[in-house]
Amino acid sequence: MISEGVIELSRWQFAVTSLYHFLFVPLTIGLSFILAIMESTYLMTGREIYKDMTQFWGKLFGINFALGVTTGLTMEFQFGMNWSYFSHYVGDVFGAPLAIEGLMAFFMESTFVGLFFFGWDKLTKGQHLVVTWLVALGSNFSALWILVANGWMQNPVGAEFNFETMRMEVSSFEALIFNPAAQVKFVHTVAAGYTTASAFVLGISAYYMLKGRDAAFSQRSFTIAAGFGLAAVLSVIVLGDESGYTDGEVQKAKLAAIEAEWHTEEPPAAFTLVGLPDQEAMVTHHAIKIPWVLGLIGTRSIDTPIIGLSEILENNRVHIRNGMKAYGLLQELRSGKRDDELIEAFEKVKKDLGYGLLLKRYTENVVDATEEQIELAVKYSIPRVAPLFWTFRVMVASGFIMLIVFVVAVIASSIRKCRSEWVLKISLYSMPFPWIACETGWFVAEFGRQPWTIAEVLPTFLSASTLTEWDIILSLSGYIALYTVFLFIEMFLMMKYIKLGPSSLHKNRYHFELGGGDVS
Amino acid sequence: MIFDYETLRVIWWALLGALLIGFAVTGGFDLGVGVLLPFVGKNDDERRVILNAIGPTWEGNQVWFVTAGGALFAAWPMAYAVSFSGMYFALLLTLFAMFLRPLGFDYRSKLPSQKWRYNWDKALFVGGFIPALIFGVAFGNLLTGIPFQLENDLRIVYLGGFLDLLNPFALLSGMVSLSLFIMHGAVFLQIKTEGKVNQRAKKVGFIAIFLTLFLFALAGCWIYILDGYHITSEIFPNGPSNPLTKFVKRGPGLWLDNYGHFPELWVVPAAAFISGFIAMVLSRINRPGTAFIFSSITVTAVILTAGCSMFPFLIPSSISLNSSLTVWDSSSSQGTLNVLFWVTVIFIPLIVVYTSWVFHVLRGKITVEHIKKNNHTAY
Repeated sequence: MISEGVIELSRWQFAVTSLYHFLFVPLTIGLSFILAIMESTYLMTGREIYKDMTQFWGKLFGINFALGVTTGLTMEFQFGMNWSYFSHYVGDVFGAPLAIEGLMAFFMESTFVGLFFFGWDKLTKGQHLVVTWLVALGSNFSALWILVANGWMQNPVGAEFNFETMRMEVSSFEALIFNPAAQVKFVHTVAAGYTTASAFVLGISAYYMLKGRDAAFSQRSFTIAAGFGLAAVLSVIVLGDESGYTDGEVQKAKLAAIEAEWHTEEPPAAFTLVGLPDQEAMVTHHAIKIPWVLGLIGTRSIDTPIIGLSEILENNRVHIRNGMKAYGLLQELRSGKRDDELIEAFEKVKKDLGYGLLLKRYTENVVDATEEQIELAVKYSIPRVAPLFWTFRVMVASGFIMLIVFVVAVIASSIRKCRSEWVLKISLYSMPFPWIACETGWFVAEFGRQPWTIAEVLPTFLSASTLTEWDIILSLSGYIALYTVFLFIEMFLMMKYIKLGPSSLHKNRYHFELGGGDVS
Repeated sequence: MIFDYETLRVIWWALLGALLIGFAVTGGFDLGVGVLLPFVGKNDDERRVILNAIGPTWEGNQVWFVTAGGALFAAWPMAYAVSFSGMYFALLLTLFAMFLRPLGFDYRSKLPSQKWRYNWDKALFVGGFIPALIFGVAFGNLLTGIPFQLENDLRIVYLGGFLDLLNPFALLSGMVSLSLFIMHGAVFLQIKTEGKVNQRAKKVGFIAIFLTLFLFALAGCWIYILDGYHITSEIFPNGPSNPLTKFVKRGPGLWLDNYGHFPELWVVPAAAFISGFIAMVLSRINRPGTAFIFSSITVTAVILTAGCSMFPFLIPSSISLNSSLTVWDSSSSQGTLNVLFWVTVIFIPLIVVYTSWVFHVLRGKITVEHIKKNNHTAY
């Protein structure tokens, strides 16, 4: 059995490296699209300023992209390095979208990104535009396949356990690819990326406008970002990830946890705006509730109930008892016994094998679990409510703040009178919110799936590699140290180029080159 | 169309090899150039020439490696799990070194400070040196076996330490891959540059080719006495992937078994030597373009030589022989291998086509004048 410390440290390492990676990914996904839009406008209007815009925002894109690539490598390595039992147990299914991502998306993105930067003089305008679009498509396809993989962790459809190989194997690729949980996740995540990039361009453009620099350049950038951003943030909110939470038992538990829905209520359920969730007593103290709203957003209907956590726990108790049987039968099969009756009996209960594995936390043999151990496993079978409840609310609040910002920005960009100083200031100072939403959103998705790495299939505590605590302390410190240094360097360069603005292109038509100060 | 399981397993063994070779042939010269950067480039302009020779294309080349990792995960999950967790610190070190590459390329020339740039040059050297070395160290460890054991539920237990990875044979393999990539990088630089940088690359290239062939020959002699592995029980090429159902023996010289049974395989190591010599000569008489083709063949043949001697083993276990992973018992399911095969058949040719187009667009020598003209956009 792997020690609790190794599991905790492995989880921390995964959380740190993936949240860090996700600081750069949304901007890459969104900004690549905005660059493609800007360059398309350049081709349609033939005006040089749009080329300058593509090149300048492209410079910032490059600074961000480098760290996205750097930290993405960690993700590809980490499953095998720190989650080797996971890799063995689900590689047949989970590995496939990752391999396809490489072949179909990452290759395209990385091969053409070089031409995007260095191909301006070597390609015709049309060719270069195609290259830019391929980079944008590549990064978006990349997101698609990664989220197909992640969606399967949330709602593992199209795969079956094989007792001969002791792992999950694909039974239907269609089901894997068209997993509703993955589809919703994809739309929600890329839209969040578009919102992030729009807020980035909007805020920086507002900064130039506040400084009274490069008016034509910054106003055009502001307008594109405002329009694209409003469309994006509306998609994020309307196509919220929550609509995918009706598929799969663990998704239902996640939904109940983020809403602190302790008990199933008459549909449509009320939405708890704020309150203090208490997991022991299974109540939310001082709750402020809005009738109907949760039922509407959670199920898109008025008569489908949202299953409460107490009912989920009841169901899980049944699953766990079934899982014990499945585990017992599996042991017989693994010891070499093969008769049709045994196989048939196992096939009947194997869907709950994962629940049986939950008991491994309390007893190595599973089949000899006592009533108390079963109760402990039942309690352990849902995520902790309070962290999910709060991060979810932070995410939603950040999303709505961005909605207001983009509405105001769209009005300001179409009506000159409304372009007052405070509009520009809120555009600038609201820049962190999309990042807060992305990070908290990722936390909700992953923490909400606990105690599983693969919902109902493989518990997190069984997934880790058999390393020692010191191994991971060493690697985790290494990651933190390097990532901190990288972040400082990146922010430093980013700030420098943001301050320089389009003057950094050395085209002799921007602020610092026209007597506004020094250019370096 | 669905192939039978045995065929698919062999195909995926070959495809994994193809992806690794794809990386070694393209990303390999980038790593070599990274190592050469501080030595072949004596001042900032020369170094920028070197960086820009590979700058626009290195990123795509590295994806061969990432994709090989993804394909290993998808087609050989157990091998992915064992190699990545077993060689934990070797992989971590490689990863940390590889971090320095995107940052080095992209950030180095964004500030004019000499100190800033020279520090990034050191980082890029490390980012080339360590992966180039570990590539071979990893292969060396595959040949000697990794100290792991599979439990009944197929959990992997690793029983070695970091220093076990640095055994003498693995270090020799590491030297082979290091000099191999330096050779390849030097020949590539010879194509893309002129003047002093070109001359220096030519000199280094000559030494590196010589060293590669010498070290490769040394490793070949070592194989005669090195313990190899052999399956002694009956093989079920269409059986389910359970590594615990076979018996394996170990003994000196067993890695030459395949060459004994199929003497025509000697063509592969022979190709490494012959094309290496041809590359040496062509580089000498200033025909780097053709020399590059032959150095690519050398790179390919060196990797194939190791693959041919190990087949059907992927990762032998040095402490629990029967836990060893082979082509017949550690692949993904037939369905997954089949779907991924078709995805690969469609996309690899496409990738080769567009990568070639990108290289074609960016053809031609990089000169100091070119750097000066594009002072603010070049790396």
